[in-house]
Amino acid sequence: MAEFVNGYLLPGLWIVGKILLFAVPIMIGMAYVTYAERRIIGAMQMRKGPNVVGPFGLLQPFADAIKLMFKETVVPTGSSPVVFFLAPMLTFTLALLAWAVIPVDSGWVISNLNVGVLYLFAISSLGVYGIVMAGWASNSRYAFLGAMRSAAQMVSYEVSIGLVMISVLLTAGSLNLSELVEAQKGLWYVLPHFPMFVLFFISVLAETNRHPFDLPEAESELVAGFMTEYSSMSFALFFLGEYMNMIMMSGMVSILFLGGWLGPQDMLPGLSVLTPVLAWVPGVVWFVLKICFCLFVFIWVRATFPRYRYDQLMRLGWKVFLPFSLIWLVLTAGVLVYFDKLPQ
Amino acid sequence: MSQTAEAEIENYTLNFGPQHPAAHGVLRLVLEMDGEVIDRVDAHIGLLHRGTEKLIEYKTYLQAVPYFDRLDYVSPMNQEQAYSLAVEKLLGIEVPRRAKYIRMLFGELTRILNHIMNIASYAMDVGAMTPFLWTFEEREKIMGFYDDVCGARMHANYVRPGGVSQDLPAGLVERMHEWANGYSQVLDDMEGLLTENRIFKQRVVDIGVVSKEQALAWGFTGPNLRASGVPWDLRKSQPYDGYEEMDFDIPIGKNGDCYDRYLVRVEEMRQSLKIIKQCLEKMPSGPVRVNDRKVLAPPRSEMKTSMEALIHHFKLYTEGYKVPAGETYVGTEAPKGEFGVFLVSDGTNKPYRCRIRAPGFMHLEAMDAMLRGHMLADVPAVLGSIDIVFGEVDR
Repeated sequence: MAEFVNGYLLPGLWIVGKILLFAVPIMIGMAYVTYAERRIIGAMQMRKGPNVVGPFGLLQPFADAIKLMFKETVVPTGSSPVVFFLAPMLTFTLALLAWAVIPVDSGWVISNLNVGVLYLFAISSLGVYGIVMAGWASNSRYAFLGAMRSAAQMVSYEVSIGLVMISVLLTAGSLNLSELVEAQKGLWYVLPHFPMFVLFFISVLAETNRHPFDLPEAESELVAGFMTEYSSMSFALFFLGEYMNMIMMSGMVSILFLGGWLGPQDMLPGLSVLTPVLAWVPGVVWFVLKICFCLFVFIWVRATFPRYRYDQLMRLGWKVFLPFSLIWLVLTAGVLVYFDKLPQ
Repeated sequence: MSQTAEAEIENYTLNFGPQHPAAHGVLRLVLEMDGEVIDRVDAHIGLLHRGTEKLIEYKTYLQAVPYFDRLDYVSPMNQEQAYSLAVEKLLGIEVPRRAKYIRMLFGELTRILNHIMNIASYAMDVGAMTPFLWTFEEREKIMGFYDDVCGARMHANYVRPGGVSQDLPAGLVERMHEWANGYSQVLDDMEGLLTENRIFKQRVVDIGVVSKEQALAWGFTGPNLRASGVPWDLRKSQPYDGYEEMDFDIPIGKNGDCYDRYLVRVEEMRQSLKIIKQCLEKMPSGPVRVNDRKVLAPPRSEMKTSMEALIHHFKLYTEGYKVPAGETYVGTEAPKGEFGVFLVSDGTNKPYRCRIRAPGFMHLEAMDAMLRGHMLADVPAVLGSIDIVFGEVDR
């Protein structure tokens, strides 16, 4: 009995606790990303945004959630109900799963995988299935077109995301996300790999179906794309999945380029006065700040740009991003070998 | 031997509207698609048909005015103006100078009102949502001016045969001045988001190209015709009200694509602003309606003392006035193009026939020609660029 408790029950509870410790703040954060998006875009468009429910409208996300929960779930005629409901669940689950390997501070990670980057890449690639299933199962032409676009778009941009990642991995010499962050001590990769940082960020916009690449749900053409037929909680799951993906991808940008949980103290040797202050701030705060910055840019882009057209998007992905990231990969490898800087 | 079944390959048809976020009202487009490429566009109209022309035959000349507000509901006063000009032509009366200036002033304000609506929703259709919210604040202000002169924000019923319904309230000219000075800044801000934006240009340059010949053949008018490079504007070629006294330019485009149509509209707004400023500066004093008791009712103060005035008022608001038999066509430069009113009078108090030429109808006809071979995402771009409002297309 004692063996069972010590060998299985307690570790099991510990893992569940860790998962909850991650999942709950992420869910709450996600709710407030929707709120922040509406407030920030509102400010950029010289209007107020939600400000009625609760102080400063802070309860708005909960009001929305409750509203969605009480809506009727509509299953379109001729749809395949099982796939139709499986799709949003899949999207949502995958968006949560990715967090298993993301380190928010030194050692603060659910599973410190050796191939963390590959895991992340695999999970985010699976995300497209939710959308394709939704488009196919809805039995709607708008949804179908949206799903087709989405499949093509996500697959294309994954290629350039992969190549960018390889450049970074070469420099760090590890697939483990925590080691990747540690390798950036003293020099965040955003500086040496700046063009790749830009490229990666744009690819992330495409990968998460965000403006200006939100073609799968392009309102003015496809009504709501693959989400057209969804209502109530099935819609909410898609919606949550999308925002969770945004946060996850922002986390990825922070880890790959912005030094994850590292504060800027090692980067600024001149400012030794500030070093103790900066070092005192916990790593998780830096990490969250970096994610917030990325999310702000996501939102800012949305308020500024028009939407790309499908063929232009594909051209950008295959004819601009792919060759450019390939050249950069060769260049990185060349420089590392030539200066004998390859990590051992 | 097994027989292979021959499969018929059919185009994918997509129903664009009538319930669609980018259908601009109640347009229904049946698109035949080859993947994302459009093979054929079939526009179905008539979902907003209200029988305006027939209804007007059963209304007195004065009662017909509000119907014109409801045709193209984003540019009401230009249409009232066209109708009033037609009635005045049949009656053979000339409105006072101040009335003409007020009509021009509101005509141009309405043009800006319309172009804001068009450009902003057009930008939103290609995915840029901020210009919409930035410019709509100005639209609110213009509607406020509508409210100031007639008490309604949209369906004004302000321009009437014989002048305008009432004079400008005190202080309005100053407020308009203030607004006009600030507006060009808003335009600059909006242009900053769109005009040189690379994504916007990628979406609209060389999309929905209409050549000069095609534009004329399809019966294009207004900004859409000028974007194709034809310098034709009724305010210049056959000035009505006081446009011959105004100094303004007619912007024309070169390529006739969606981008040119956008640029022409933006420049037209600047020119309208110029006309508005001239109107405000040169605004003459005097009456705002003709002093003809057989057409327009006397002032209310006079009715308190004069028997004749009371009788005139009673007759005008029950029976209306009789218009001499004849027929006329008046075309005016409404924001969307040539808005024409063909009026036949048989000498009674009601029009025998009132045929309305709505510019949007002709533009919509060309959708198929403009969209063939383009992609699905170009449908909202082209639709937005030709500026369609269903109130006038369906009438």
